[in-house]
Order: sequence, then C-alpha cells, then structure tokens
Amino acid sequence: MKITIVDYGAGNVPSVERALQRLGADSQRTTSPECVSNAEALLLPGVGHIAALVRALDEQNLRAPLIDAIHRGVPFLGICLGLQVLYESSEEAPQLNGLHLLPGKVSALPSNVKLPHMGWNQVAVKLESRLLQGIPKDAYFYFAHSYAARDSNEAAVATCTHGAEFAAILEQQNIYAVQFHPEKSGAPGARVLQNFLRLAA
Amino acid sequence: MSLAHRIIPCLDTDGDRVVKGVNFVGLRDAGDPVALAARYNAEGADELVVLDIAASRDRRPTFLETIRRVAAQLAIPLTAGGGIRTLEDARAVVRAGADKITVNTAAVERPELISELSREFGAQAVVLAIDAKRSGDHWDVMVRGGRESASRNAVAWAKGGVGCGAGEILLTSVDRDGTQSGFDVALTAAISKSVMPVNHSALPCKSSVHRTIAARVGAARKKLLIQPSRTADSGHKSETLKIRRARFNLLSHVPDSPVNNGGLSTSRKSERLNKKLPSTAEEQAKDK
Repeated sequence: MKITIVDYGAGNVPSVERALQRLGADSQRTTSPECVSNAEALLLPGVGHIAALVRALDEQNLRAPLIDAIHRGVPFLGICLGLQVLYESSEEAPQLNGLHLLPGKVSALPSNVKLPHMGWNQVAVKLESRLLQGIPKDAYFYFAHSYAARDSNEAAVATCTHGAEFAAILEQQNIYAVQFHPEKSGAPGARVLQNFLRLAA
Repeated sequence: MSLAHRIIPCLDTDGDRVVKGVNFVGLRDAGDPVALAARYNAEGADELVVLDIAASRDRRPTFLETIRRVAAQLAIPLTAGGGIRTLEDARAVVRAGADKITVNTAAVERPELISELSREFGAQAVVLAIDAKRSGDHWDVMVRGGRESASRNAVAWAKGGVGCGAGEILLTSVDRDGTQSGFDVALTAAISKSVMPVNHSALPCKSSVHRTIAARVGAARKKLLIQPSRTADSGHKSETLKIRRARFNLLSHVPDSPVNNGGLSTSRKSERLNKKLPSTAEEQAKDK
C-alpha cells in the first residue's frame, strides 16, 4: 500500500515523508488530480494559512477528486490544516469554501490565551479512538495553530483545550484527522501514523 | 490539560560543527550537530534550535546541509536561523527541513521582514531571537552576534516583534550566556509580561530542574523554553513547572558536572520532577 501525500506546497511535507519513511511506509507526493483519484490512501498535511491550502486545491483541480476519493472510502488522514479544511469554512479565510465533509466552521481560538497554541499538549479522549491505540492516555502531542474546530462534533473522538475545547482527533468511517502534528510529536506521533497505516492497509 | 514547558536545546554552529562560548565569546568546538541532534531527539527534547552563528554567505551551503542532516534525525520541531535577511534566505532554510525560522539582526534593521515571513509561513513558524544585555534599569537589544548594541529597549522590541507577526521569542541574556549562573528571571518576566510564549535562553540556574537539564544538555549553548502557564494575576510566582514525561529520560545519562551535584539518584530526581515544583523565581530566591 502506498500513501499519496497531497503536496500543495506546505512546509511540513518533507517532515511527514521522513516520518513515514521511518515507519517503513511507501509514499509519493502528488499535485495531480489523477494521482489523487487513484490513491490507495491519502494524506493531506498542512501548516500556515488555510487560504493557501484551499486555493491550491482549487487551482490544481484537486478538490473534486479528493472529495470523490473520500466518499468512495479511500482512507484519508488530515493533519492540522488538513483537519480544518474538512469543515464548511474557516474564520481564517471566511470567503473560501472548505471541503464540506464535516458540518460546522473552524474558528479562532479565544484571544485571552497566548496564540498561536504552540507546544506540547495532552488530549482528552471522548470516544474509543483507533488512531490512539497503544498510546498512553497522558501522552503529549505537538500543536501549532491559532484556529480550531470548536463546534462539538460526534467525529471528534479526542479534544484538547487551549482557551476553549476543540477537536484534536477526528475519526469518521475512513476519515481520520488530527489537529496536532504527528510527524513532530516524537514516539506518540509516530504511533498515530503507524495506526493510520495499519487502518489503511 | 495545559501546555507543557518545553526543553529546547540550542546548537550554535559554525560550518559543520557545534560551538560554545561564554557571553557570546571564546567559542570552542562542542561536537557534531547531527550526532547531538539525534541524541537530543532520542532523549526527549521537545524541540531543537540550530543557529548559524558565523552567518557568512560563503558558508551558507554548509549550514543548509547541516540543517538537512539534522532534520533527518528529528521527530520533533526544528527551528533554524542565523544570517536570515530575506524571504529567499528563509525559504532555503525551510526547504532544508526547518519547521520554524528565527531572525535577529535583520529583523531589528528591517522589522517588515517579520511580517513578510509571517505572511509566507504563518506566525507559528516565525521566531524572533532577541539577545538582551542589561544596561542600567533596562535591557538593550544586541545585534551581530551580541557584539553591537541596537540602542533599543528589549522589552519594547519584543512587543513590536510580536506585533509584526512573530509567533515566539527566543530570548538570550548576553550577560548570562554560558556562565551557568542562572536565568535572568527579571528579563524573562519583563518580556513575558509584555508579550506571549517566551523562549528563555541563558542558562542553568540553581533550581533542580534547570540544573539537571543544563547538565544534560551540556555540550552546546542551551535554551530552555519556559512558557508560563496562563494564570493572569500570578506572574511567575505561583507557576509550577510542567514537563512531559518523556523528559525524564533526560535524567538517565546526566554526567557529573559542577552544576549537577544534587546527589540524588535518577529515580529520586524523576520523582522530584514529577511533583509540582516551586517556580524558578522562588527556587532561585531560596538558593540565594
């Protein structure tokens, strides 16, 4: 099984690739609609401004094949912005359309806490999580973001709190997404990726 | 559930070697950055910073190659900088594998650089490095590797830099750098109060946690990131130091060193770390 990484130019693509390599996984980067359509498993990393991600998906005609593949049941893992883009829209770029795969909007974290929410934080497990299998409950993950999915959503199997509670891990059928960066979260992060590889196999 | 305090070793490099000095001078060789990066990663460091302190144009390719080789070792965030003057310089460092870029002198000379970087990479990827030196009742910003004063107030500059779009501050006390005489807590407090996440550098104070970590991180000039949890009215006083469990691995190979003479066994130290510790400020006061 090969993981197809949607490479829209995000800075963390090489880190994700290295993390997958360390787990012995086969991966390829792509910017082509055909490759997305034919993918066995998809990974959408992201860091920075969500407008860059949404625009790249549209300019490279990746939106439709991506949504189509996910609807067909292709295992999908979204990281950081790759989680946020699953919703209808984000306050960071309200004029742009998300992928509408999950209901609700992404909003800014409250301004009474230090932003960005950056560093190592723990998650509160709400429902049994497939991505968290084998990971201690008190594990820390690396977060770096100012916007988050704060609407309650049944896909959110784990949440994190920084000023407000938000979705840290989403799992809904073949859709998996994490707000933290598993590729930068040491051993627990590697285990999250490994769990995804196993689920996607 | 709150953010853990981070332990962030900082490697100052010159070419393909780590160097270490005292108060920014008297640099001596301190090892191979790739080997050190691998070790810090394995032993539970939260992030790593690699700075090109020579920052000379002709040695830039060597630095970028160092970043590439260091990044390949890490499953934690990597911040890199030193000599970044333009967006293109920053892109090269990011392409080489850095997650965050740090700027110092060039940002003092042209603060718009911070906004440009922030727009391109996001505020979470822009770290403003401030080298501060005490001058009477305030701290001056020092530039060019701590050699020149920018005649600017460090606290005001921190606030200004954040306003321009810096997501973190990497704070170094020039007075304390490499002297193993403790953090400049007053400096950290002043900057922390005026802004947000402060990357506190300048070394090992006498509190057990810092002492232990400092000894462990021994090879290079180190930076510990102390991010006070948000208790609005308490300042540093009632803070507790929260550290990820992985950190305890740091204790397993602590070499004997003048700053690590607590005489506690590894497990005892772990226990101590595990408890709520008094704040840095409190312990420092006690130690005095």
